[in-house]
Amino acid sequence: MGKNNYLKLLVMAAIIAVVPLIVSGDYHLSILVFMGINCMVVVGLSLLMGYAGQISLGHAAFFGIGAYSTGILTTQFGLSIYAAFLCGILFSSLVAVIIGIPALRLQGHYLAIATLGIGEIIYIIFNEMVGLTGGPSGLSNIPAFHVGGYPFSHSIQYYYLVWGALLVILWFSLNLIHSRVGRALKAMHGSEVAAGAMGINLSAYKIQIFVLSAIYASIAGSIYAHFVSFIAPNNFAFMNSIMFLMMGVVGGLHNIWGAVMGASLMTFLPEYLRVFKEFDILIYGAILLAILLFMPEGFLEGIPMLYRKYFKRGEA
Amino acid sequence: MNHKKLSKISLITAFTLFFCLSLTGPAMAQGPIKIGFVASITGGASWLGQPEKDTALMVQEWINKEGGIKGVPVQIIIEDSKSDASQAVLATKKLIDGDKVVAIIGSSTSGESMAMASICEAAKIPMISMAAALQIVTPADEYKRIAGTIESPRVQRPWIFKTPQTDTSAVEAIYAHMKKKGITKVGIVTVSDGFGSAGRNELKRMAPKYNINLVADEVYGPKDADMTAQLTKIRTSGAQAVINWSIGPTQVIVTKNWKSLAMGMPLYQSHGFGNKKNIELAGGSAEGVIAPLGRLIGWEKLPKTHPQYKVLSRYATEYEKRTKSDVSTFGGHGYDGLYLAIDSIKAVGPDRTKVRDFLENDIKNWPGTGGVFNMSATDHTGLDLSAFEMIQVVKGDWAFAK
Amino acid sequence: MDLQGQIIQYLATGLTLGSIYAMVGLGFTIIYNATGIINLAQGEFVMFGGLIMVFFTTTLGLPLFLSFFITLALTTGIGMLYERLFIHHPSKTAPLMTLLIITVAVSIFFRGIAMFIWGKEPYSLPHFSSPEPIIIGGAAILPQVFWILGLSLLAVILMNIFFNRTITGKAMSACAVNRVAASLVGIDVSKMVLLSFALSATLGALAGASITPIALMEYDRGPMLALKGFCAAVLGGLGFGTGAVVAGFLLGLIESFTTGFISSAFKEATALIILILVLFIKPSGIFGSAEVGKIKKI
Repeated sequence: MGKNNYLKLLVMAAIIAVVPLIVSGDYHLSILVFMGINCMVVVGLSLLMGYAGQISLGHAAFFGIGAYSTGILTTQFGLSIYAAFLCGILFSSLVAVIIGIPALRLQGHYLAIATLGIGEIIYIIFNEMVGLTGGPSGLSNIPAFHVGGYPFSHSIQYYYLVWGALLVILWFSLNLIHSRVGRALKAMHGSEVAAGAMGINLSAYKIQIFVLSAIYASIAGSIYAHFVSFIAPNNFAFMNSIMFLMMGVVGGLHNIWGAVMGASLMTFLPEYLRVFKEFDILIYGAILLAILLFMPEGFLEGIPMLYRKYFKRGEA
Repeated sequence: MNHKKLSKISLITAFTLFFCLSLTGPAMAQGPIKIGFVASITGGASWLGQPEKDTALMVQEWINKEGGIKGVPVQIIIEDSKSDASQAVLATKKLIDGDKVVAIIGSSTSGESMAMASICEAAKIPMISMAAALQIVTPADEYKRIAGTIESPRVQRPWIFKTPQTDTSAVEAIYAHMKKKGITKVGIVTVSDGFGSAGRNELKRMAPKYNINLVADEVYGPKDADMTAQLTKIRTSGAQAVINWSIGPTQVIVTKNWKSLAMGMPLYQSHGFGNKKNIELAGGSAEGVIAPLGRLIGWEKLPKTHPQYKVLSRYATEYEKRTKSDVSTFGGHGYDGLYLAIDSIKAVGPDRTKVRDFLENDIKNWPGTGGVFNMSATDHTGLDLSAFEMIQVVKGDWAFAK
Repeated sequence: MDLQGQIIQYLATGLTLGSIYAMVGLGFTIIYNATGIINLAQGEFVMFGGLIMVFFTTTLGLPLFLSFFITLALTTGIGMLYERLFIHHPSKTAPLMTLLIITVAVSIFFRGIAMFIWGKEPYSLPHFSSPEPIIIGGAAILPQVFWILGLSLLAVILMNIFFNRTITGKAMSACAVNRVAASLVGIDVSKMVLLSFALSATLGALAGASITPIALMEYDRGPMLALKGFCAAVLGGLGFGTGAVVAGFLLGLIESFTTGFISSAFKEATALIILILVLFIKPSGIFGSAEVGKIKKI
């Protein structure tokens, strides 16, 4: 996958290992856990939208399927967490395939709205199937994640779980991008007609990437459910899908590292803004707008671009 | 080469910024007694959170003007949960970890409170919720055990308390009134959020106890604009009365729809109806609406000897003077939660375990805005039916329902 | 209430809701036509329409008629400011997905401002005429419903005339077909974009002001409406204004009749399922043609 990316992964692994030595306290580690969870979802979105050129305005639904699968299976059916996780992945993949086959035939805004509509329908299912999901009152007492019989009791354990999983996901995704599959996706994104003419099986690749991004979101959702121990449908609605999308765009959709940046930034920004009390929502909106207006390709591309624009004037 | 370096720099800068923020956290402070307060100040439930926040600020002022607790100033640290359970969790962790508060009051909605409860239980810090659901204070298996029965829970979560009257009590108050009036067939229309669905559960569960038959069960969304269709359906179901269970603007919209349809049956609202604004916004269509309300509403009509009179009159007059808006029962829940914590700390000092024990064992005949509280190991709400008065809207004002 | 009465009642509700969705959907379409952008802040125009009118009518005590027009004017101004500040520059360089997210950020920003000015409580407006319902065939229909329907239809007719019979309108349609070609024939595309935002804002304000007497209005009503309006716009065939209007009414009617005859729990699901089925069967929407629907790739 290129020396560059291996290096970045190593640096990231190093940072992940080092951070807990500096940052302590349940609160701050919790923010990092949420950051990691969001990164997972957005990396999947980045693969789907940035590389394969598709759209999903309903990704929170897969996040929710992961969360509810593991939540319901562990609380109501007494399954082990690992089995529940796997079931969550299975359900998400199934839903992704069922939706993907007809939906991915659509293009542009139509695909967007199909994914939006399906996201909404899944949200309605979460909300209305009260017997199974607890409805709007939510599902509570989801057990903590555990490794070999030892339940997690502190955020630091979830921190390692999430960021470790994210590293694996990144490694896998980067490998994918730099493989035949990745090149096929790039070709597809550039021009579907040309790609098709080259013999690339468009629909197969589209669905595979859709399913993969759904699986990432599902894993993230399952971890989320065990971390907060209580989930409710309003965490998996349209606005949440848009938020994930926003994280991707802010960081830069066309690059997985951008996805990580965007998700991280937008997770800790609201926490940082807590000091401003009720002004925080205005400042948040203002910052977002500023980023989007001045760095339309996202933060990751934007910083070097601004640097070049303002500091490298001298060089041609 | 530059590109790669710069993006790594961006990454590292972001993390470094984060470190700085975490390192500038508040140092271990000996000093004021800190009480945490989480409310949905923004977001979908902000209608609840704003009066709660205003109340918290007012209480902080009062208590410090009186010299604090035994001479030590009190700091109420207010956090916004943004009506979101994950944010409520983060806010709670910040208060426990960073600010090291003695107790936490919050949050405004049942969903958020459920999420916060697990954290507070694990951290062994007393939590007093301002939300109504029975599930908040009842362990999951106990709640499951009584589902489908008309029993009350026999076990409560040790560290979790709440101040609003339970939705169960509100439902029972309504049903008791209906029984008195000879109503047996009822249609319910509820909002599909935490408050509404919890109410709906209790409405269905308690109906058999009062010989009530639910002939219609309709729902709507929290941002829906018109419930005429649902009410029309209820009308055709043979119901003799209709109960609406929601908070926020939909309470008013249902009231207006009910009036314009001339449904010919009484409309009962939930205990969330207790705000004069609702009558105003309904513009006359609220005439005749009945609801079980805490005595904060219509307190002026109480005899001065009533145990709650002193608390209610002080809170209501000061709140209205300070915020220039009508007093609401939600702010009252915040008031009760804060003073429960304050009185406990006054009695046993800023120790989390001692405060918890005091709350569970020593809160007896304690007058608050929601009612007279009697906490016990089997009841962390402390209120029952008697906390409510059945109130009816008469000539645009509150009156005791007949 | 007999069946006929019920049907008329559901019809009235469906048309009331539908006309709001129609106005929002039409607003979406107008902006989409001129720019290719999906404006997810569309719902906020409705919100501003309602709340600004409350300010002039209730706080300042102006007569309804006057308030109404001032409200339309002001909200249109907000729309134009929005375009100039946040769309004009980025629309030249930013990818469409970024523009979409910009509209989301603007939506957050607008909600923040509204929260500051009006707080979180809902507000009401007096009915435009009598608050007493009219009994038609056993159903009780508020006069305000006729105002909502009437104003919406008037707006649609005016828009139709504008787009089909005036030079400016035709110029805007030209931008929808091909921006480059339009500018080549001398159309000031950037002015057309500004105009599209202005018109959408006016339509939103109209919907907001007229629905508030029945449904109240508060600072965060926008996103739900944007979602439904977007569905209406796509269902009707993105890019086809009249289609969006018809689809909007259709959505309202589906919701209302599903509540009445099936179950209120599934009213939104039914509408969404129909929307998705239509998309799978005829992707360009009920009324869109495959050609007009040739969308810009994101």
